[in-house]
Amino acid sequence: MIRRPLRPLARVLSARLKGENPDDVEAEERAARLRKLQKVERQRAETRLLLVGVLFLMGFGAVGGRMAMLAASEPVEPTSGGQRATITMQRADIVDRNGNILATNLATEALYAQPLEMVDPQAAATGLAEIFPDLDAEKLLADFTGTKKFLWLKRTISPEQHQAVHDLGEPGLLFGPREIRLYPNGKIAAHVLGGAGFGREGVHAAEVIGKAGVESKFDDYLRDPAEGGAPLELSLDLSVQSAVETVLAGGMRLMNAKGASAVLMDVKTGEILSLASLPDFDPNQRPVAPTKGDPADSPIFNRVVQGRYELGSTFKIFTAAMALESGYANPNTMIDTQGPLRWGKFTIRDFHDYGKTLSLMDVIVKSSNIGTARMAQEMGTEKQQAFLKSLGFFEALPVELTEASRSKPLLPPRWSELSTMTISYGHGLAASPLHLATAYSSIVNGGVRVTPTILKREAPRAGADFVISEATSSEVTRMLRAVVSRGTASMGDVPGYSVGGKTGTADKPHPNGGYYEDKVITTFAATFPTNEPKYVLVVTLDEPEIEDGDEARRTAGWTAAPVAAEIIRRIAPLMNMRPENMEQESQVVSMALARN
Amino acid sequence: MRSLLYVSSAFILVVLAFWAYRVNYETQAAEARVKELRLEIAQERENIAVMRAEWAYLNRPDRLRELAELHFPDLQLMPLHSAQFGTPGMVAYPSEELLIENAVAAAFREAAEE
Repeated sequence: MIRRPLRPLARVLSARLKGENPDDVEAEERAARLRKLQKVERQRAETRLLLVGVLFLMGFGAVGGRMAMLAASEPVEPTSGGQRATITMQRADIVDRNGNILATNLATEALYAQPLEMVDPQAAATGLAEIFPDLDAEKLLADFTGTKKFLWLKRTISPEQHQAVHDLGEPGLLFGPREIRLYPNGKIAAHVLGGAGFGREGVHAAEVIGKAGVESKFDDYLRDPAEGGAPLELSLDLSVQSAVETVLAGGMRLMNAKGASAVLMDVKTGEILSLASLPDFDPNQRPVAPTKGDPADSPIFNRVVQGRYELGSTFKIFTAAMALESGYANPNTMIDTQGPLRWGKFTIRDFHDYGKTLSLMDVIVKSSNIGTARMAQEMGTEKQQAFLKSLGFFEALPVELTEASRSKPLLPPRWSELSTMTISYGHGLAASPLHLATAYSSIVNGGVRVTPTILKREAPRAGADFVISEATSSEVTRMLRAVVSRGTASMGDVPGYSVGGKTGTADKPHPNGGYYEDKVITTFAATFPTNEPKYVLVVTLDEPEIEDGDEARRTAGWTAAPVAAEIIRRIAPLMNMRPENMEQESQVVSMALARN
Repeated sequence: MRSLLYVSSAFILVVLAFWAYRVNYETQAAEARVKELRLEIAQERENIAVMRAEWAYLNRPDRLRELAELHFPDLQLMPLHSAQFGTPGMVAYPSEELLIENAVAAAFREAAEE
């Protein structure tokens, strides 16, 4: 650039000629130069401002535009990228230990009406009344022509009904998709499964929530999308459960009982393989809880878990186990059975008179109340409480059924010496049959405490917690076997499976205090095979009574034991248990069967 | 030289724009197809669930028992019984000549004799 001098020679010369001061020329030139400089700088500053302005405008414009777009667009799930969850059903299946379906879902429709959209309410009302016999045409017409804008007609309808309603051609009748819980096996395992129903309902979907049993206990798990619809595996065995229920129902009928229950438990793992309570119900249409009468008579009452009964002489084996474990006695120790035994106003009697003394083994085999009560009295209340507590009789069971947590055993309010004596043979303490099965499992499996579970468990829980020693456990099992082979439970024997067990007959408590004379709860707690116990089965019958000649018989040996034996006869082969020491004769029978 | 640069860059721009649009449309088509397939999978899953429910319903123990009773004259199916367990001794073994190694040995013997 050619810089213009501050004193251009031409101007200075002409100014000198005119007689002006050349310094004025310089000042003028300087001012002009300054003006020019200022102009340039001003322009530059303006450009910068404009640039910053535009940048800000673009930034805010982008943010504003994005916000407007987000506000105006329909919300959509991002579809591309990543593995999407693969859930179609809102509730996971429930399966048994072999993967057989116990509960699943079925897509169906709900029917609702929008009277404002209706073309011919009269025809719609009569048509609907024809399709659904339980709907009333006149009432429907009143609803359709009234002020209602929306009403539910049917919660679930079958595909045939759907088609029939569709054929009515009424635009005001609409369908909403629904998923219903289906229990394909009907009444089988009803008390374990519980049942499900609709929670919050909308037009396009309805929540399915569990009402009882595992459906309620595992509601969150079953509905958790994070689980990816993995089925809930129960410890139940469908074929065993079915056989148990069939035999139990037959036994209940035969013994004229008004209720019955059975529970089968794996003694090592505490898994419940079968849990049956009769009368039962269909979980597809779970009945509502009764508002009057005894809730224990309702079909939805789970006798195994909720029923708390005085379990009678089945408790004697705990007293015997305690005596063996503490070194108080061995199976051959003679126990004083001279009766009647008096304590204050109270008298303890035996079913028969067993003479002066019996060995501990025979006290159990013959089921002597007096002998057991004497032992308990001498060993003391504290020891008994500690032992029963270790077997779980003081707390509700941690089994995964909603009802279990509310079923704490009923203990005597004041545990006197008399309580100790009566509890030693199973009176004065009411516990559920499941408590009994758990305690029996713990004492026959080698003395390891088991926790009952309804979920499939591969191996027993780590960390063995012994309630009694292994030696005591095998002695106790030997005693249980003797009860069946030559004692009160001889009808409970099953050839080939070496059943051991203890019967218990307890008078039913009267609601107004005292006990019924002629109403009993009979229990048979069995374990098999006794040479290496695998399973414990507890069968209880409510008010059984059979005629044997002229005599009415109610004892467990005559009622619960044969039912339990029949159950074992049916389920042991189903559980792949090979009979042992079967005589040659039966093999001939099986060969004949095979030939047929 | 400069004009060649302009022309070529314009050409590249057009090509790139074409490529970008094509990729965009391909992606959209693929996404639409994925959506369609997912819908189909969901439908199939639902069908499978219905089939499984149906299968479980048809195989429910009560029905099987009824069927076994209904067809008892033909099938003679009985509940599993402990007497039906067999022992290895009950299995009929093939006679000596039928065992393969014996047959092979016999063949060798015959060959040796010849």
